[in-house]
Amino acid sequence: MAEDVSYTVEQVKSKISEAFPTAVKFESKTKPRRLFMTADKGSLLNLAKMMKEQLGFDQCSLVTGVDRCDRMQAVYHLTSYTSNITAEIVVDLPRDNPEVDSIAPLWGGANWHEREAYDMFGIIFKGHPKLERLLLPADYTFFPMRKDCDKGRD
Amino acid sequence: MAEMWINMGPQHPMTHGLWNMRVKVDGETITDAEPVIGYLHRGWEKMVENRRYPQIIPMADRLCYGSSFTWSHVYCMAAEDLMGVEVPERAKYIRAMSDELQRIGNHLMWLAAIGPDLGNLTIFLYAIREREMFLDLFQSLCGARMTYNYCRIGGVRNAAPPNWERDLVRTLDYFEKRMDEYEDLVDRNKVFRMRMEGLAPMSGKDAINLGFTGPVLRASGVKYDIRHNDPYEIYDELDWHMCTAEEGDTYARYRVRMDEMRMSMQIVRDILKKMPKDGPIRVKPPRNAPVGTGFARMEDPRGESLIYIIGDGTDQPFRVKVRSPLYVILSGSKYLLQGYKVADVPSILGMIDVCMGETDR
Repeated sequence: MAEDVSYTVEQVKSKISEAFPTAVKFESKTKPRRLFMTADKGSLLNLAKMMKEQLGFDQCSLVTGVDRCDRMQAVYHLTSYTSNITAEIVVDLPRDNPEVDSIAPLWGGANWHEREAYDMFGIIFKGHPKLERLLLPADYTFFPMRKDCDKGRD
Repeated sequence: MAEMWINMGPQHPMTHGLWNMRVKVDGETITDAEPVIGYLHRGWEKMVENRRYPQIIPMADRLCYGSSFTWSHVYCMAAEDLMGVEVPERAKYIRAMSDELQRIGNHLMWLAAIGPDLGNLTIFLYAIREREMFLDLFQSLCGARMTYNYCRIGGVRNAAPPNWERDLVRTLDYFEKRMDEYEDLVDRNKVFRMRMEGLAPMSGKDAINLGFTGPVLRASGVKYDIRHNDPYEIYDELDWHMCTAEEGDTYARYRVRMDEMRMSMQIVRDILKKMPKDGPIRVKPPRNAPVGTGFARMEDPRGESLIYIIGDGTDQPFRVKVRSPLYVILSGSKYLLQGYKVADVPSILGMIDVCMGETDR
């Protein structure tokens, strides 16, 4: 835990928008103890670092890969144990080259989530300690959760 | 002595289901471990993309037959978040009560599983016998014993039958006495304690970083319980406290789960006192979800479970992603096992309550 200071959602919002005025955009959706934002893929690692080290988001709950057909998305859910806030960060990635910085060096809990996103969607997490197939055999050549993957169907 | 990799499982009886724990040993000491999951992979997330929202509820039950109610509950909460459905007050109480009964049932199955692992068959027979009472309660509530299909988007399927509350109170009264017997049987058993105490300790900081949640996290002294810190349904109105332990070892994980069973009974009694006696238990959800996203997180018997749904305006979800607590805990099992003996593996892994259904999905 970086700091044992508890922040409100508004404080977290203003601190992030101060540090990332253009790269991070907040969504209008509001819920108690929830924070919704979109971030550029280039600034994701710095944003994650700031959230972990300065704002006390100690846990990475989930990393999701999404195939939006025209683009790929990596969705992060980060949780702060001191402020009791769960933040959702959506990062858009180009479909022909889905590459994003890995946050597994920051949170050990993100390790298998990123591996699974690679396994199912082919999203490359740069700097991941062990980016290999996790659920599927190592010699598979396709990524089954992509919307255009029809292998194995009649 | 030369180091070598050995396979614990798929045949090992502790690993319920088909999976493989590869451990690297130097003599009898484990120097590295690598869980190989994926023997059971059912492609749950891909399958639900071809089903309508209500049709996914019985699928969510199958994520883990030990805690099927909590899985369908978290799915329904995520779908309600996406659709903007508000659940009636009475249904919230019924859901919370079923959650706690499910927690007791799941912990009893865990207790039964660790018994033979640690060389005690009696505790297996006791725990399975008592779990039957809770399965009976669920059977008279919703007609099924393991995969309940009871939660609905917008409430629950039906109210409790007559006399159900009486049976519930009787069961709790009886089970409370049995809990004392379990503690006599395990806590005062030297063999049990020798195989658990001081084994695989983990500091709270490491546990948080590795993403551990639930009893495994709270046994490391971290005071975090989603029911308390991020309350859903009506948990913020109930009278209960968090169960934690400081040591962070295998025995502390056992103690936290045993305390949780007692706490669940207290919560159920409190709910029976506060629950409104009549009122609606279900509202009708829209057929098509709006374009957008929704997610819900809750305290599963094993830890934090989270479901993230993306809706695209049709009656089928665009994407459903499951975060299961055990998947993350297993990813850190290497750090739990390093430095211990091969004979400690069942004890260490038993205390994180392995269930392959929710790991592989």
